[in-house]
Amino acid sequence: MTAEPTLGAPPRRPAVARGRAGRGTGYLRAVFVIWYRDVIRYRRDRMRLLASLAQPLLFLLVFGVGLSSSLGGGARLAAGAAHLSYIQFMYPGVVGMAVLFTAMFSAMSIVWDREFGFLKEVLVAPIERSAIAVGKALGGATQGMLQGLIMLVFAPVVGVRLSPLSVVELLPLMFLLAFTLTTLGVVVASRMRTIQGFQVVINFLVLPLFFLSGALFPLGRLPGWMGVLTRVDPVAYGIAPLRAAALGGLVPAHAHVGALTFFGWPMPAPVSALVLLGVGVTMLALAVRGFAIRD
Amino acid sequence: MGTPPPSRPPTGAARTHLSSAPAGTHASRGGAAGPRAHGDPAVVVRGLHKRYDTVEAVRGIDLQVHSGEIFGFLGPNGAGKSTTIQILCTLVRPTAGTARVAGLDVSRDPAGVRRRIGLVFQDPSLDEQLTARENLDFHAMLYGVARGQRRQRREQALALVDLSDRQDAMVRTFSGGMKRRLEIARGMLHAPEVLFLDEPTQGLDPQTRASIWAYLGELRAREGTTVFMTTHYLDEAEICDRLAIIDHGTIVAEGSPDQLKARVGGDVVTAATADDEVAAAELRDRLGVAVDRGDGHLQVTVADGAAFVPQLVGAVSVAVRSVAVRRPSLDDVFLQLTGRAIREEPPDPRAAWRARRGMGGGRR
Repeated sequence: MTAEPTLGAPPRRPAVARGRAGRGTGYLRAVFVIWYRDVIRYRRDRMRLLASLAQPLLFLLVFGVGLSSSLGGGARLAAGAAHLSYIQFMYPGVVGMAVLFTAMFSAMSIVWDREFGFLKEVLVAPIERSAIAVGKALGGATQGMLQGLIMLVFAPVVGVRLSPLSVVELLPLMFLLAFTLTTLGVVVASRMRTIQGFQVVINFLVLPLFFLSGALFPLGRLPGWMGVLTRVDPVAYGIAPLRAAALGGLVPAHAHVGALTFFGWPMPAPVSALVLLGVGVTMLALAVRGFAIRD
Repeated sequence: MGTPPPSRPPTGAARTHLSSAPAGTHASRGGAAGPRAHGDPAVVVRGLHKRYDTVEAVRGIDLQVHSGEIFGFLGPNGAGKSTTIQILCTLVRPTAGTARVAGLDVSRDPAGVRRRIGLVFQDPSLDEQLTARENLDFHAMLYGVARGQRRQRREQALALVDLSDRQDAMVRTFSGGMKRRLEIARGMLHAPEVLFLDEPTQGLDPQTRASIWAYLGELRAREGTTVFMTTHYLDEAEICDRLAIIDHGTIVAEGSPDQLKARVGGDVVTAATADDEVAAAELRDRLGVAVDRGDGHLQVTVADGAAFVPQLVGAVSVAVRSVAVRRPSLDDVFLQLTGRAIREEPPDPRAAWRARRGMGGGRR
C-alpha cells in the first residue's frame, strides 16, 4: 500500500506546534495568508489579467486619439497647461481606471467563495474575522496596483515621459486608490449572496465613480451640481494625485493640472491622498462589520 | 463526466485494509479508552436546544463521545443532525444547554474549540483554482501549523488519502471522491482532537464511500483522532464504534451498532403470503406475536428466528410464498424506535455532479 505512514508507528497524537507567538503575529499571519491566496490566483488567471487591460486601452485609443485629434493638440485643459494634449491629460485617468475596475471586481472572489463553499473554510478557521476583510482589501489593492503598473508601459506611446521618481510616487498612490475601492467592493460583497447580484451593484457603482472622477475631463469648469458630485466621488481624490505624479514629474507646470479645487483653492496631492485614505479606512471598518456577523 | 476510478482497491479490499489496521484499532474499537491518556471525553453535550423562529431543530440533546472513537449521528434528513454538528463546531449558537468539545465550552471559547477541531462540510469547500498542495498549505497557515511542520503534515495527510501523486494538480481536475478525500486530509492537517464530518459520503459512489471509511479508520488508528460524523446511511453507521440515533431533534437511542441491534431482541422474520392481511391476523391470534406490515411482506421479531419458521408456516392458512430470517439491521432499530423506516435515498449521481460543480439546487 502506498499509504505507509511516514509518521512513527505508535498511534499517538502528533503534537503540532502552533504559532506560539502572541495574538498579533497570528493576526498578521491570517492577513498574509488571505492576501497571498488572492495574489496566487491573480497571477494564475492570465485571461482576466489581459481582459481587464482591454477596457482601459480601448478608452485610451478611442477617446484619447479621437478627442485629441478633434480638439487639436493645444486644447486649453487648464490654465498654464499649454502643450498638453488630451491623450496625455487622460492617460493618468485611464491608469486609474485600470486600478478602479480591477480593485472593485477583486472583491467578487468573496461572493465566488461563498457560492462555491470555500468561504466556510475561511470562516471556521481560528482567525479573527477582521483579518479576512483586511487580507482581502490588501489583496485587491495589490492586484489593482499591479494592473496600474502594467498600464504604465503605455506611457511612452501616448507621449507621457515618466521619471523613475514618478513611478515610485505612482505605486503607493495606485495601491491606496485600489485599497479604498477594494474595501468598497468588500462591503458590497459581504452582503451579497450571488455573483450576479454583486455584478449588478458594482456595475451600478463603478461607472459613475469613474466618469465623475476627473479621469476623462478636467473638473475645473463644470456646472455647480456636477462639481458637487465630482467632489463627493472618492475616486476623484485618487485620480488627482495620480495625474500630478504622472504629469508633474518632468514638467512641474503640469503638476496642478486637474487638481481638485475648493472655492478656487487647489487641493495639494498629499491632502487628496489623505482624504482617500480616510475613505478607505472607513470602508474597511464597514467591511469588518460585514464579516463579523455570526449566524 | 470522466470520474477516474478511486486509486484504492474496491470495497472488499478496503474492508480488509480496515480490519488489517494496527492493533490499536481493535483496542479502541472495543470501546476501550482512546489514546487520549487522561481519558476526558472528546465531546460532552448537556440539554442542548436550538430554536429557529418557529422551528425547534434540536430539543434537548445529551450525549458523550469518548476520545478516539468513531461516533455516528444517525437520523433521517431534517432530524437535527446538521444543526447539532454546527453548534459543536461553533458555527451556530445554541438556544439553551451546553456543549464542550475537546474540553472547551463552545459558547465561551469558540476560538479555542476551532483550533482543536477539524471540519469536513457536507458541501464541497475547496478552492478549485488552487492545487491540492496549495489548499493544504493555506489551511495549515490559517490554523497556525508551525512552518517547520507544514511539509511533514501535508505529506502525511496526502499519503493517508492516497493523493500524494496528485498534489500539484488543480483541484478542479479532481473527481468528487478525490475532492472529498482531499477535504478529509485538510480536516486532519492541523492534528485536530476531534474531526467532524457532516455526511461524509453523501452523493459518492459505493467504492469511493468504502475507501473513505477505510481512511477514517486509518486516521483514528494512526493519530487517535476522535471522529464525529453525521449520516443517514445505514451502512455508514455500521462502521461507527458508537451511534446516537436522532429523530425530531431528540436522541432516541445510543450504543454500539451491535448493542442497538440487540435491543430489537432476536431475529427478524419476514414472510410474503398470498394474503398478508389474513396472515397477519392469524399470526397475532394464534402465536401472539406483534406483526409489522412491511412493503409487500410481513415482519415479525422473535428470539429464535429459525425455530419460528415452521410455527409461522403452520399457523397461517393462506399460501406462504417466501420466508426469510435475518439478524436485525439498524433500520429495524430505527423502525422499532420511531415506527418509521429511515428513508434511504440512493445517491443520485446528478445531484452529486451538481454539488461538485457548485450548482446545487438550492441556489439560483
